[in-house]
Amino acid sequence: MKKILVLLTVFCLALSLAACAGGSGSSSSSEAASASQPAESQPQESSSAAADGEEVAVMSYEEYMAAELDSQVTIEACVQAKQSWWEDKATVYAQDENGAYFLYNMACSEEDYAKLTEGTRIRVTGYKAEWSGEVEIMDGTFTFVEGDSYIAEPIDATSLLGTEELIDHQNQFAQFKGLTVEAAGQDEAGNDVAFLYNWDGSGSQGDDLYFNVSYNGETYTFTVESYLCDSTTEVYAAVEALQVGQVIDAEGFLYWYEGLNPHITSVTVVG
Amino acid sequence: MKTGLRRLAAGVLAAVCLSLFAGCHGRQEQTAFTVPETFDESRQYEITFWAKNDTNKRQTDIYKQTIEEFQALYPNITVTLRLYTNYGDIYNDVITNITTQTTPNVCITYPDHIATYLTGDNVVAPLDELFADEKYGLGGSEVRFDSPAQEQIVPQFLDECRLDGHYYAIPYMRSTEACYINKTYVEALGYTLPETLTWDFIWEVSRAAAATEGADGVYSLNGQQVLIPFLYKSTDNMMIQMLQQLGAGYSTSTGVIQLFNDTTTDLLYQIADATAAGAFSTFKISGYPANFLNAGQCVFAIDSTAGSTWMGTDAPLLDIPADKVVEFETAVMPVPQFDPEHPQMISQGPSVCIFNKEDPQEVLASWLFAQYLLTDSVQIAYSQTEGYVPVTTKALESPEYQDYLSRAGEDNDTYYQVKLEATRLLLDHLDDTFTTPVFNGSASLRDAAGQLIETVTKSVRRDQTVDDAFIDTLYADTVSLYHLDSISASGGKVDLGAMPAMSVGLLAALAAAWVLILAYLALRHHRKKSAER
Repeated sequence: MKKILVLLTVFCLALSLAACAGGSGSSSSSEAASASQPAESQPQESSSAAADGEEVAVMSYEEYMAAELDSQVTIEACVQAKQSWWEDKATVYAQDENGAYFLYNMACSEEDYAKLTEGTRIRVTGYKAEWSGEVEIMDGTFTFVEGDSYIAEPIDATSLLGTEELIDHQNQFAQFKGLTVEAAGQDEAGNDVAFLYNWDGSGSQGDDLYFNVSYNGETYTFTVESYLCDSTTEVYAAVEALQVGQVIDAEGFLYWYEGLNPHITSVTVVG
Repeated sequence: MKTGLRRLAAGVLAAVCLSLFAGCHGRQEQTAFTVPETFDESRQYEITFWAKNDTNKRQTDIYKQTIEEFQALYPNITVTLRLYTNYGDIYNDVITNITTQTTPNVCITYPDHIATYLTGDNVVAPLDELFADEKYGLGGSEVRFDSPAQEQIVPQFLDECRLDGHYYAIPYMRSTEACYINKTYVEALGYTLPETLTWDFIWEVSRAAAATEGADGVYSLNGQQVLIPFLYKSTDNMMIQMLQQLGAGYSTSTGVIQLFNDTTTDLLYQIADATAAGAFSTFKISGYPANFLNAGQCVFAIDSTAGSTWMGTDAPLLDIPADKVVEFETAVMPVPQFDPEHPQMISQGPSVCIFNKEDPQEVLASWLFAQYLLTDSVQIAYSQTEGYVPVTTKALESPEYQDYLSRAGEDNDTYYQVKLEATRLLLDHLDDTFTTPVFNGSASLRDAAGQLIETVTKSVRRDQTVDDAFIDTLYADTVSLYHLDSISASGGKVDLGAMPAMSVGLLAALAAAWVLILAYLALRHHRKKSAER
C-alpha cells in the first residue's frame, strides 16, 4: 500500500512538472517563430530569398535604386551599425561594395538583434520607402545568410559636400576632413556654443546633438543621433567638448532629412 | 530639425503593450495620500518634474523660468526638470519607474496614460482634497502666489482630468487639430473654400489636385514631381473624429471596444480610394505635413494647433531649406466635418498629474508646484509658444492675453497670424470639442484606431488589395497587436476567461499529489498507533 501511494505521488508530481515544462516550451517557440528566421531554415542560394512563400530575386544595388517606391524589394548586405531595437523592430545601417541601405523598423527578435554584429551578412525583404528624403527599406524581414563579411571603409565625401552627387551615396559610411566648427547657437548669456541638445537647444544631455561645420564657405548641420550613439559614447563626449573654430575630421552615415543630415559616429579634432 | 519625433511610433506601441499589465508586477503598495494639516517649511524638498515640450526652446525656457520663480517663492523646494519631446517616452519611463517606486513627483501626461498608471494602488495622488483644501488648495489662503480658484479652470478641460469619479490631474494647456490649407492652390483648382470644411470637399479637391499629374510625373498644380494633396499627422485623431462626427462606435465610457464596426470599414474604404487616387497620405508614411505644405507639395495639412508655428510661407519655425519654401496664402480651418451644422473636433493637450509618495509633505510640495503652472504668467507665456489655449478663465480673460489675441499678424514671431488663427479656432469652438473615454487600455485603442488607417494607406500604396477579407484580417491583427482582447469592459481588472486545460491539469495533479501525501501520512500514523497498542 505504502509503495503504491508513493508511486502515485511521484507520478502526480511528474505530471505537474511536465505540465509546467510543456507550457513554457510552447510559448518560447511561438515567440521565436514570430521574429526573424534563422539561416538554417532558409535556402542558402544567394540568388533568391523566401518571403511569404514566394521566391523573390535578390536585387543588385542598382536594381534596388531603380525600383519604384512602395514596391517590394529584396537585398543582401552586411550590417554596418545598429541604431535601435524596440518591440521586435530593428533599425540598421547596412552596406555592400556597391551601396548602402537604411533598414527601418525591420522585424527582429531581441536575440537576433544581438547577433546583428558589424559585418554580418543578411538578406532583407521589405518595401522601398522614402521619408522626408531618406530612401529606406521599411517593414522588412530578414534572414542571416552565409557569405563574406563586409565592413565598409569610409568614402571621403568632403569634396562632395554641397554637390548633387552626394545623394548617390545616401546611407553610406563616409568621412569628412578639415571641417571648421561653427556656432550652433547661443547660450543664455549670448555666447556662441558649438553644439545644441536637439535642433534648437530645447533638449538636455542624452538627446540628439546638433552641430554646425563649414567647408568651402558653406555650413552644414551634423547630428549625433542619440539612439545610434548615446551619451556614453566617445563621439557624444567629443561633440560636447567641441569649441567653435576648431578643425575636425568626422565619420558617419549619410542619412537624409529634408537634405543631408549625417549621423556622425566619430569626431577627431585636428586643429 | 525634428527627426527624433519619428521614433515615437514605436515607443508608444511598446508602452501600450507593457501598460496593460503594468499594475500586475510586484510593486509594493503605497499608502493612500491624505493632505497634511500644515506644510512643514522647516524641511527641504527635492521634487522632479518630467515635462514635455514640442521641440521648442521657448517652451523649455519657460519651464526653467517657472521653476526659478517658484523656487524663489518656496526656497525649501527644489525642482529638477527632465525634458521630453513626446508623450510616448514619458509614458514608457513612468511605467518603468512605477515598478521601482521611482516615479517623478510631477509629470506632464495624458488622461489615457493616467488610467494605466491607476492600475497600481495609490500610484497617482487623487487631487479632490487638494483642490478643496482651504489653506493649500486652489486659491488657498496659504498659497504664496495668485492661484486660480477651481471654478476658474475651464470646466470642460477640468472634466477631462476626472477618472473614476476623482480628479487625478489638472489641465495644463489645450489644443485641437486644425486644417492648414494652401488656399492659393484650392482656388487655382477652381474651388472656393466653404464656410465649414467638409470631408466631401477635401476628398474632391484632393482628387482634383492629384489629377493634375502629367505624363512626365510633374503636377501642373505646383510644377513639381511631388504632391500629396491631403496629409494627416495623427491618424488616430482622424479616425476618432470621423467616427464621432458620424455618431459611430469607438468605445463606451466603461471600455467596451466598438471600433471595429461597419462605419469604420466604410471610412477605411474611402481612405483606400483616396490613397489609390494619389490624394492622401500620412505623417508616418511620408513625413511632416508642415514640410510638404511649405514646399508647395500639399494642399490640406492637418496637424495640431500646437504645430501652427511650423505652418505657412512665413512660419517662424522651418524644417526645410529656405529656398524650398513657396509663396502661398494659408487658411486655417477646423478639421473637416460630416455634419457642418454640428461641428465636432477633438480636445487635446497636456495635463499634469502628481505621483503619490510615502511622505505626504513631499506630495504637498509637488502639488504647490503643479498649482503654480496654472498661474497667469505661466499659462499666458506657454500658450504663446504655439497654438495653445490657457486652461483658466482667469488667464483667458486677462487684459494681457486679450491684447495678445488682438495683435494677430503684427509680426511673424509672437503674433504670427497662422498661430493666432489656430488659437482662435479652438477658442471659438470650445463647445464643439470632445474627448474619448478614458480607461485602462484606452491608449491602446487610440493607437489601434490610427493603425487601421496607416495599414490601409500603406497597403494601397503597395498595390495590395483592400477588400472585405483584408479588412477582416486587419481587424483581427489589430486586436491582437494592441491586446484589445485583454481590455475589460470595466476598464479595470481583466477577465481572462476559462483556465487553459494545461493549467487545469497542473492544478489537478498538484491536488492529487497533496491528497496522496496526506493519505500516506494518515496511513503511517494509523500503523504507528496500531503498533503502539
